[in-house]
Amino acid sequence: MSIERYRKRVTARGVKDLLFTNLCFVATLIGIVLLAVLLYSVFRDGSQRLSWDFLNSFPSRFPEKAGIKSALFGSLWVVVLTGAIAVPTGIAAAIYLEEFQRRRTWLTELIQVNISNLAGVPSIVYGLLGLAVFVRWMALDRSVISGALTMALLILPMLITVSQEALKAVPDSYREGSLALGATQWQTIYRQVLPAALPGILTGVILSLSRALGETAPLILIGAVSFVRFVPEGLGSSFTVLPIQIFNWTSQPQKGFQEAAAAGIIVLLVVLLSLNATAIYLRHRASRHA
Amino acid sequence: MTQARATEDRRKARTGVDRFRRPPGPGLFLETTIRWVCFAAAAVSILTTLGIVFVLVKEAYLFFRQVSPLEFFTGTRWAPLFQPRSFGVIPLIVGTLMITVGAGLIAIPLGTLVGLYLSEYASLKVRAVVKPALEILAGIPTVVYGYFGVFFVTPLLRVFFPSVEVFNVASGAIVVGIMILPLVSSLCEDALSAVPRSLREGAYALGATKFEVGWRTVFPAALSGIMASFVLALSRAIGETMAVTLAAGMSPKLTFNPAESIQTMTAYIVQISRGDTPAGTVEYQTIFAVGVTLFAFTMAMNIVAIRLVKRFRQVYS
Amino acid sequence: MRIWQGIVFACGVGVALIGCGGPKEEGGAAGGGARKQTLEGAVSVDGSSTVFPISQALAEEFMNENQGVNVTVAESGTGGGFKKFGRGEIDITGASRPIEPSEDETCKKNGVEYIELPVAFDGLTVVVNSKNTWAESLTVAELKKIWEPGSKINNWSQVRAGFPNKPLKLYGPGTDSGTFDYFCEAITGGKGKSRSDYTASEDDNVLVQGVAGDEGALGYFGIAYYEENKDKIRAVKIDGGEGPVEPSAETVRNGRYKPLSRPLFLYVNLKSLDKPQVKAYVDFCLAKAEKLVSQVGYVPLPSQAYEIAKKIVAEKRTGSRFMGETAKGLKIEDILAKEK
Repeated sequence: MSIERYRKRVTARGVKDLLFTNLCFVATLIGIVLLAVLLYSVFRDGSQRLSWDFLNSFPSRFPEKAGIKSALFGSLWVVVLTGAIAVPTGIAAAIYLEEFQRRRTWLTELIQVNISNLAGVPSIVYGLLGLAVFVRWMALDRSVISGALTMALLILPMLITVSQEALKAVPDSYREGSLALGATQWQTIYRQVLPAALPGILTGVILSLSRALGETAPLILIGAVSFVRFVPEGLGSSFTVLPIQIFNWTSQPQKGFQEAAAAGIIVLLVVLLSLNATAIYLRHRASRHA
Repeated sequence: MTQARATEDRRKARTGVDRFRRPPGPGLFLETTIRWVCFAAAAVSILTTLGIVFVLVKEAYLFFRQVSPLEFFTGTRWAPLFQPRSFGVIPLIVGTLMITVGAGLIAIPLGTLVGLYLSEYASLKVRAVVKPALEILAGIPTVVYGYFGVFFVTPLLRVFFPSVEVFNVASGAIVVGIMILPLVSSLCEDALSAVPRSLREGAYALGATKFEVGWRTVFPAALSGIMASFVLALSRAIGETMAVTLAAGMSPKLTFNPAESIQTMTAYIVQISRGDTPAGTVEYQTIFAVGVTLFAFTMAMNIVAIRLVKRFRQVYS
Repeated sequence: MRIWQGIVFACGVGVALIGCGGPKEEGGAAGGGARKQTLEGAVSVDGSSTVFPISQALAEEFMNENQGVNVTVAESGTGGGFKKFGRGEIDITGASRPIEPSEDETCKKNGVEYIELPVAFDGLTVVVNSKNTWAESLTVAELKKIWEPGSKINNWSQVRAGFPNKPLKLYGPGTDSGTFDYFCEAITGGKGKSRSDYTASEDDNVLVQGVAGDEGALGYFGIAYYEENKDKIRAVKIDGGEGPVEPSAETVRNGRYKPLSRPLFLYVNLKSLDKPQVKAYVDFCLAKAEKLVSQVGYVPLPSQAYEIAKKIVAEKRTGSRFMGETAKGLKIEDILAKEK
């Protein structure tokens, strides 16, 4: 082709490149702006209500006295327990599907379809399931452990899917090299594949635990209460969580509760941030190692 | 000896590769145990599905004995608690679809672009800040999104379109779209980053611009992960409960107008199960009938999606 | 491997955070003479979100005086509460409507006997925008015309001659709330008998916003939400046959505000009364309800009604006197005094 046409094409491609870069940048900006707007409106309403008293008191019918202690500890208990149950199970399931069964049998197909399907089931149906299985059938009563088990089932599909993708992305050369050196399959997985896939898996952990922290409906069905004046004392204890407390406060008529709710949201976001920050730090360390 | 070899041969044929080398001594026990433990973990998903199906079908069966399935699936008026009663589920299905499609239209393009930006264009420092920031969006409780939709998005929409109702589809779709955006962006970014550098470097060496490298080389290579993120995000959108309950409304009507209020299947389930309907009545059993419908819906969507993902993987891997 | 160490460390921090939950009680009422330290145990309360603020207030005061008892209050809704109550899973359930026959059946099937206790009134308030100067009062017949199923009224001028030509926007609770049921039974003559093209919301605060932002709006919800937002919305006087009556604590209590005063109930599991902490809680409720109920925006029953309720508890009279019929118009003491 002639030199002018070639030069025009290069310029055209360069322009496309520039446009696209800016488009992506704008898209990212939109995401950040939305987050900023959300955070601003919450902070504006709730920041004056934040105080040590707020964190250390229990709920009350008087908006000025209402505090978030029971909800905060309830949420921490539930999230930690959920993580302890769901994360090992999810990773193990993903390992099974990706490492131990490379060829697709009817069983693995079934499990795969199941998992994708379960990701779309509304959270409240998990609440119904949890109520029937954990609270009634296993007689665990309306306790922290029932809530954690239910939430674990809820986040398991997403966790498994993301872990699977992370494992898929590890190049086969890692596995083959390890096997060639005489390692067993489990050794290969444990020492080579998992560490390489860890950053991706941690993303999945972050996203799913964040979801678990913010869920309301299934826990209400399990029997999380809206008013409790003690911190969970054990696995079998009654409990409440931050979103439920916030939801409860926003539906009260008194104005003071709206502010308390906004302050509660701030607390929830701080917990979320700390959770994310820990996992992100670990992800950062893991990806440097790989 | 021959029997052991036969077993090994069968295993090779099944798993495709001889990965299960016989480790010395007690190692075999460990390998087998771990294999079974992982299988049990994966089987939990089947148990969960069985549990859900059982819980839902038990009551839905009672419902369908009193209300004809034909009326349920083809009726266009959903009014189980009004007089005169009517049990046509189509308005709820349409409502759910409108919200899901709307949210997808927002989150998928935006999310992919953001993922591309983070993996191809952004510096490491920007990436380290923006990716977690977006993941925070994913963790904000769904009730907060609901209120955000009612008290912020809707008034904003009203500035441009004054005829928009207090609860409307657009608000719900926007809010759910924001909620699933981090799912798409984070997972896309992970998928794109996992593409080996050699692919990029080859393309650059051939004189491609950054756009061409990103769009024509890296993106297709990461397609399976990207599609998986889309499916996950849409599944989440379909199953979203509290945000649509608050922002999209509680009026199950058959309409395609995004400025009106509708009700999704999930919002209906929430409404009845938290409300005052006595258990054991036909009205209460509608929860389970709608739940079964929703479950079947997501199942169909997922089977289609998995087929699609498989096809794309074959072409590009 | 440093990664695993990092993960273990993070988990350890998590567990430590959980561990320092701190002492159980906080902010107990200072003073308050009789500190009954001997009572211990748990009381589980669930039920309607309308009754929740009352239960919360009673629970809070009770726990201030009895540090050893844990009262938890959940909000599964009237129906959800009855479901658990009927299986004997909770001690007390709050309801914004009387128990239904099917729920009574479930109780019988599971061997649960209960005591029905009205605990407060809620006055359903019909509200309009504060700029609405024309609708000072409405009759029941007019309300019925507006809200009955199939009603096509969408303009104020169609409600009463003389009303201005302004569009009428309707707001109300969702079909699944006790408020909706009661309004339908009292105004349009039957459960579920309501037009369906109004803006519905389960959250009354959202309804307040809707009415406050729309000049031609008309909505209804509990009196507590009206009281808190008097600056934005106005209550309409209801003419139930004896002239327009303003909704207020007084008119609801003495029965003049009709037919929109509805009783709120607590149902107590008879077997739970054998537990000393539950018995003490129920006694406490009936003793203090009169004072505490108005603090949370509801209307107390006439003092007589509480006395009769105390007797019902003492004599362990089970069964429902309100089941299957609405209490509109009847004085509550009369209903309570009826033998089942």
